[in-house]
Amino acid sequence: MTSAISLRGVSVSYGETPVVEDLSLEIAEGECFGLVGESGSGKSTLLRAITGLAPDWTGGISLFGQARGKSIDRRFSALCQMVFQDPYGSLHPRQTVDAALSEPLTIHGIAGADTKVPAMMAACGLDPRFRFRLPHQLSGGQRQRVAIARALMLSPRILLLDEPTSALDVSVQAEILNLLKRLRREQKLTYILVTHDLPVVSFLCDRLAVMRQGRVVEVADVAALRANTMTHPYSREMVARSERRV
Amino acid sequence: MSEPLLDVANLRVRFPSPGGPVEVVRGVSFTLGRERLGIVGESGSGKSLTGRSILRLIRPPGIVTADRLRFSDIDLLRAGEWQMRRIRGARISMVMQDPKFSLNPVMTVGEQIGEALAVHKRLPRGQMRRRVLDMLEAVQIRDPERVFGLYPHEVSGGMGQRVMIAMMLIPEPAILIADEPTSALDVSVQGEVLKLMNDLITRKGMGLIFISHDLHLVSQFCDRILVMYRGRIVEECAAGELDRASHPYTRGLIAAVPRIDETREELPVLDRGAWEEAGA
Ligand SMILES: Nc1ncnc2c1ncn2[C@@H]1O[C@H](COP(=O)(O)OP(=O)(O)OP(=O)(O)O)[C@@H](O)[C@H]1O
Ligand SMILES: Nc1ncnc2c1ncn2[C@@H]1O[C@H](COP(=O)(O)OP(=O)(O)OP(=O)(O)O)[C@@H](O)[C@H]1O
Ligand SMILES: [Mg+2]
Ligand SMILES: [Mg+2]
Repeated sequence: MTSAISLRGVSVSYGETPVVEDLSLEIAEGECFGLVGESGSGKSTLLRAITGLAPDWTGGISLFGQARGKSIDRRFSALCQMVFQDPYGSLHPRQTVDAALSEPLTIHGIAGADTKVPAMMAACGLDPRFRFRLPHQLSGGQRQRVAIARALMLSPRILLLDEPTSALDVSVQAEILNLLKRLRREQKLTYILVTHDLPVVSFLCDRLAVMRQGRVVEVADVAALRANTMTHPYSREMVARSERRV
Repeated sequence: MSEPLLDVANLRVRFPSPGGPVEVVRGVSFTLGRERLGIVGESGSGKSLTGRSILRLIRPPGIVTADRLRFSDIDLLRAGEWQMRRIRGARISMVMQDPKFSLNPVMTVGEQIGEALAVHKRLPRGQMRRRVLDMLEAVQIRDPERVFGLYPHEVSGGMGQRVMIAMMLIPEPAILIADEPTSALDVSVQGEVLKLMNDLITRKGMGLIFISHDLHLVSQFCDRILVMYRGRIVEECAAGELDRASHPYTRGLIAAVPRIDETREELPVLDRGAWEEAGA
């Protein structure tokens, strides 16, 4: 069976600086894959390479068996969407919530924005009053939900989520995590979820990879995370520090 | 606690809207001493706006009123814009929730931290650079020499947070308002950064307002916690006693936190309507 996401020897660099080195992963359709690790270890960069936003990479990236080229490709954007770590950066400052959510439909020639926009807002827990607001008129967590809603507008089959809930209070986080879980069950979506929050991985993911300095140091089943049987010293340190906090 | 560093009474923030003015901060009162005060609460409940109001950073058409807004002996409500400029960043500083977009996009991160230091202390160029590199190292940046010369869009999410923290701590302010300062940090780096903040609290008597969604973190790191909901403080408790909180909103929050050995198929969500109508 072809993987939903297949990465073979992927390396990414910015100028002279290598940021991701020789990374290989196979992620099955319908799987939720957690990506955790040190701040600055290359997690966001890897997601950007998969979406076609990293300038300089080598190796092989394919989605459902189709190899991705070096440039942005519209076929891939309907297939694979990304929710960025900084919602401020991914939303246009002069674009209302309504415009941000309708735009992907317009670009891909899909009708029905009038009903689809409010429905998606409701699914992501956004009050209808926010529909004509600008990003700076929303709180951090509200902006994040707009970014998630926007990524879902095209019904992609792959969703790359970069810290999607770290700006949300835990009750809203619970709503979003439940929504992501439901979408995945109903539509067989495939996720890569970047987070620093191991309990979030435990709730949503099937497997996880731990990154450090551009490399994956361990790939494990989420059962190993729950039972504290991961093996790499850095993974064990992360788990120990997270456990102490409960 | 002797004289509070900060005294806020009946703080309100309003914005005009088509249906008339909407109040988003609705009568918030608290004092801050040389302590770690945590603020948690619903997304959109007014935490960031409360922080920004203290620094008078709410732009028109937003309107801020309060019965009292004092920083030691300074009346922040009456302070002129020139006086506010001398307070911001030097005596009260704020780590913004979106650090990468609060940094100057056309200046390297090293230069920006250097500029923040210059507000506090004039130093020769070489020494300045040394201090900035030390600070980058203190916030656990690998390869400070390289990062010194990067622009904000060239650093990772968590590096941006740490750059902002470095910038806000280097002038050794009397009060630090930290809005979700560690949400993009892995647990090890987070621990080191918190130590650094703590150090300024114990060594220099800094007061800290720590806004966060991370209930475990706040209950372990802070002394006291305020819980906000829809523009109001609905509960206050000693940090260690958060698990004994009584307000239904706070109880709901605690139940919604996933665990590292999580096996629930669904996380409980708040049924806000139920207890709001009951007048809670
Ligand atoms: N410029 C504005 N105009 C109108 N409403 C605004 C404006 N800025 C903020 N608000 C509203 O004020 C409320 C409080 O916002 P604030 O940013 O303080 O929330 P918060 O508690 O920090 O939330 P989060 O945890 O999501 O960051 C929100 O509902 C937001 O939509
Ligand atoms: N445009 C750029 N130019 C130069 N270096 C960059 C650029 N973007 C990212 N980097 C570097 O790449 C490295 C990895 O960054 P990345 O954002 O992928 O990390 P991350 O694992 O997502 O970290 P975090 O958890 O803090 O978000 C960092 O050292 C960063 O400085
Ligand atoms: Mg990142
Ligand atoms: Mg906020």
